[in-house]
Amino acid sequence: MTDQLDRMIAAAKAGRMSRREFVGRTTALGVSAGLASALFTKAAHAQPKKGGFIKMGMQGGESTNSLDPALAASEVPFAVNYTWGEMLVDVSATGEVVMRIAEEVSANSDATEWKFKIRRGVEFHNGKTVTAEDVVATLRRHTDEKSQSGALGIVQGISEMSADGDMVTLKLASGNADLPFLLADYHLVIQPNGGIDNPTEGIGAGPYKVVVHEPGIRHGFEKFANYFDDTIGHADQTEILVINDGTARTSAVQSGQVHMINRVDPKIAELLKRAPGVQVKAVPGRGHYVFIMHVDKAPFDNNDLRMALKLAVNRQEMVDKILGGLGSIGNDFPINGAYPLFDDSIPQREYDAVAAADHYQKSGHDGSPIILRVAQGAFPGAVEAAQLFQQSAAAAGIPLEIKREPDDGYWSNVWNVEPFCASYWGGRPVQDQMYSTAYLSTADWNDTKFKNARFDELLLAARAELNNDIRKATYAEMANIVRDEGGLILPMFNDFVEAVRDEVQGWEEDPNGELMNGRAHVKCWLA
Amino acid sequence: MRIPISALIGMFFTAAFFLAAIFAPLIAPFGMAEIVGGVWDPASGTHWFGTDAIGRDLLSRMIYGGQTTIFVASAATMLSFTLGSVLGFSAAVAGGWVDQGLSRMVDLVMAIPALILALVILSVLPVTLTVLILVMGLLDATRVFRLARAVAVDITVMDYVEAARLRGEGWAWIIFREILPNALSPLVAELGLRFIFAVLFISTLSFLGLGVQPPLADWGGIVKENSSGLVYGIPAALIPAFAIAVLAISVNMVADWVLSRTTSLKGGRG
Amino acid sequence: MHPVLTLVVQRIALGLLLLLAVSAVIFLGVAALPGDTAQAILGQSATPQALANLRIEMGLDQPALTRYFNWLGGILTGDLGTSLSNRTDIAAAISQRLGNTLFLAGWAAVISVPLAILLGLVAARYNGRWPDKLISGVTLSTISLPEFVVGYIVLYFLAVKWQLFPSVAMVFPGMGMMERLNAVILPVIVLVLVVLAHMMRMTRAAILNVMQSAYIETAELKGLSPMQVIWRHAFPNAIAPVVNVVMLNLAYLVVGVVVVEVVFVYPGMGQYLVDHVAKRDLPVVQAVGLIFAAVYIGLNIMADVISILANPRLRHPK
Repeated sequence: MTDQLDRMIAAAKAGRMSRREFVGRTTALGVSAGLASALFTKAAHAQPKKGGFIKMGMQGGESTNSLDPALAASEVPFAVNYTWGEMLVDVSATGEVVMRIAEEVSANSDATEWKFKIRRGVEFHNGKTVTAEDVVATLRRHTDEKSQSGALGIVQGISEMSADGDMVTLKLASGNADLPFLLADYHLVIQPNGGIDNPTEGIGAGPYKVVVHEPGIRHGFEKFANYFDDTIGHADQTEILVINDGTARTSAVQSGQVHMINRVDPKIAELLKRAPGVQVKAVPGRGHYVFIMHVDKAPFDNNDLRMALKLAVNRQEMVDKILGGLGSIGNDFPINGAYPLFDDSIPQREYDAVAAADHYQKSGHDGSPIILRVAQGAFPGAVEAAQLFQQSAAAAGIPLEIKREPDDGYWSNVWNVEPFCASYWGGRPVQDQMYSTAYLSTADWNDTKFKNARFDELLLAARAELNNDIRKATYAEMANIVRDEGGLILPMFNDFVEAVRDEVQGWEEDPNGELMNGRAHVKCWLA
Repeated sequence: MRIPISALIGMFFTAAFFLAAIFAPLIAPFGMAEIVGGVWDPASGTHWFGTDAIGRDLLSRMIYGGQTTIFVASAATMLSFTLGSVLGFSAAVAGGWVDQGLSRMVDLVMAIPALILALVILSVLPVTLTVLILVMGLLDATRVFRLARAVAVDITVMDYVEAARLRGEGWAWIIFREILPNALSPLVAELGLRFIFAVLFISTLSFLGLGVQPPLADWGGIVKENSSGLVYGIPAALIPAFAIAVLAISVNMVADWVLSRTTSLKGGRG
Repeated sequence: MHPVLTLVVQRIALGLLLLLAVSAVIFLGVAALPGDTAQAILGQSATPQALANLRIEMGLDQPALTRYFNWLGGILTGDLGTSLSNRTDIAAAISQRLGNTLFLAGWAAVISVPLAILLGLVAARYNGRWPDKLISGVTLSTISLPEFVVGYIVLYFLAVKWQLFPSVAMVFPGMGMMERLNAVILPVIVLVLVVLAHMMRMTRAAILNVMQSAYIETAELKGLSPMQVIWRHAFPNAIAPVVNVVMLNLAYLVVGVVVVEVVFVYPGMGQYLVDHVAKRDLPVVQAVGLIFAAVYIGLNIMADVISILANPRLRHPK
């Protein structure tokens, strides 16, 4: 028995076994559940080893990327900004707000006024101390239209901001119970004087200093000696390599050139698991693969046509074939069980060729092919998913024509520009933020051009509501509006499928984003 | 005349591929885009080559893919040969400023790398079969022009061409009745090579995401669709790559034989 | 002036003229591409005023010809312009990538050219026998597989399965020479395999062609060994076609390696160009296009000059 137990402890140490699996197996050996859980904690949380050089290979970087956090819009810039930058607050893997530069957060009773107490002695890489003024200047820069910040929609709701000593006070036009979650947004990296003087200089208060910045190729960092938090940032150096080609990425992790990679093609997950030295992690999250229609452009301005297309997707088939089963089916609104206040009583939309054909008839569409734009880079398997969609739609008599676009430039030339295309959303920590980012009429990234007065009203009402039952009901009504009237076709929620080498320790599942929400290289260490 | 065994093998496979391409709808057991199974099902009695990344019958896709590959490559080659050789012969026969003008224009186009020219053009134009064929055909025509002109220049100094000129025959007559028959064998040898370059070129475009639109796919496109499985030996990625190689080798073996019968050919490739 | 020198000077002058013409074609051709550059930069929601301002800022309000001469003037002084998509200096961005491309191409050339010529000579020497068949067969297969397949196969065996070399050919400034060589070894292997066949086949064909001449027979009758005949008599006379095909392949190594760069994540010019073509970043496309054309034309001039110098009839005028 001891042998088996030792083996299991070793497996838990190497991160090969989840807590549930470990407890299940060890209790089968007669160990009490409490002891098993404690053993697991001890095994899995071995003392972090300092030093070394952690390398991540990532998809999602382009030679046109910038160090200005306001402009971050893809996976590599997210992770890069988290490496050199520090946020006011953060969201943990279990969905709680975690204090970073702020050490205390408090709100008044209707959530219209928030106070953030700034931690003392946090230092920027240029030696300056982080002050409340820096925080306010940062938020202010993102409210400026000229900064083109992706967080504009988030900070717009702040009507007044002030710094007093070590206290930042934010007043909101209308109450928002989720404000701290919003301020954990990856754009809102705190910069000296808000980065107004030089937004792209890459000076922050994060665990690593920028050493190399070669957009589209690699981003190199070395440890910032005066970083305030001892519990993360174990490696001396870390590097993010941009490897957009999927095969090259898996080869890099298999051959040990990088320690971890994002976006493993789910189809090869099983094959990759057999490779020596590499583990495949499938982390259920809030990310979803979607097809988006602009509801203000013909023919998608017709709700019957939209409904026809929504009914014409075979969701289970997509989960099986595109995600290799590593994911779950979607229901045409961007929320799943990973969110707090999710209402699971909303009926699941199923593939129904007959109903789809009915709606298609009713829409009066002229029968010309509907053009769906995709790129392999929209999401892994996007081109294949589009072909599955085309087949299932054809069975309902709906003609789809697929136009494959080049990967590079897809997010600037096709997404948010063309009326019907494949897209990907990483999800947000709370429902409010997801809806505010992409479904509110005024949202910057309203990529379905969805404008619904009732929906906006509900969103604002839910935001200021502190009663969770009422909030849940409001969110359910909003979900139904998006589901039945929106331009979103959401066939599947994907797991984050990643590959990590055995020597990487301290790996944790984080549903907030890929590679431990872009911090795997900061939080893990090498054995 | 004895045909070497390698040329015979080459002819056999080339013919087989062309026949399969022409009669694709008749021999393919399933539809090109029809989903009939799971992801990368192994070979079985129903699916001889197994299925592809989203569960389509690989054999059927290979047959239709061959049709696309061979059709685009043939059409582009035909276009480039017609255009390139007519212009090349004309330049040789006409000489003077026509020759100079055409030759310098070709130099100009050739100075810009073909793949990059194709990338720029295809990123602007909608990628349809016609556009693909036109782009590839026109780009390749420059290479054919060079060869055709070089070969024709040698022929125009022959007595029989001179005689035809003295008889007062027109350009068309000289080109088609005097030069073409005598320039045919080097051109045929070059035809095979250019066809292969065309096949590889579409494959490359597909790999870079600029080939034919899905669900249509050429062989290079099928490799690309299944490329994540390539390094794990998934047949859906290996078989189309193998097919490209077999087609290329077969055509090359035939071309080699034609080439060896026409020792007068020098250079002019690339 | 020696007639050879005249010829050489003539070739170089013609090449420069051609380059000038190509620059005009590239600039005007790219500028004539459909799509509004200012709109592409500012996006759909741009105001007409902002668009007008940007057009003036970029000089788009001037006639194309004026812009062409401004651009040409800039290039002659080493200013390649500014990238539209990330507002960086193109010359600075390119110089490093061009260096990388030339490094890769250089090593591929250093290995493949002598190897191809050697194999071509051996194949010609044993024409029709097993060494010829073996060499021809192997090179035929490598030329017949699409480049990316060759790339992935090499990647799988040498990097993943046997872990001999790194799969990601990442190079950066400050890297030691050995480190750098180790990084690029896989792309070099692939490039060598891709260009080898073409050069080897042409060498073999050219030699066999020359071997039918009367003076070869004389040399054979003189009692020279077959390899001596090939090396001393046939090869010098086959240089012109061989040089031509070698130059074509060298040009390919520089301008045609996009696919290899993608497979091995090599930060070279091809990848850079493809990124920017997709983004309609016209100044970058124009600059890179011109550099590639210059490389091609330069290599062609070199081939012409070598052919002239290698031609005994031109070297020793009557």
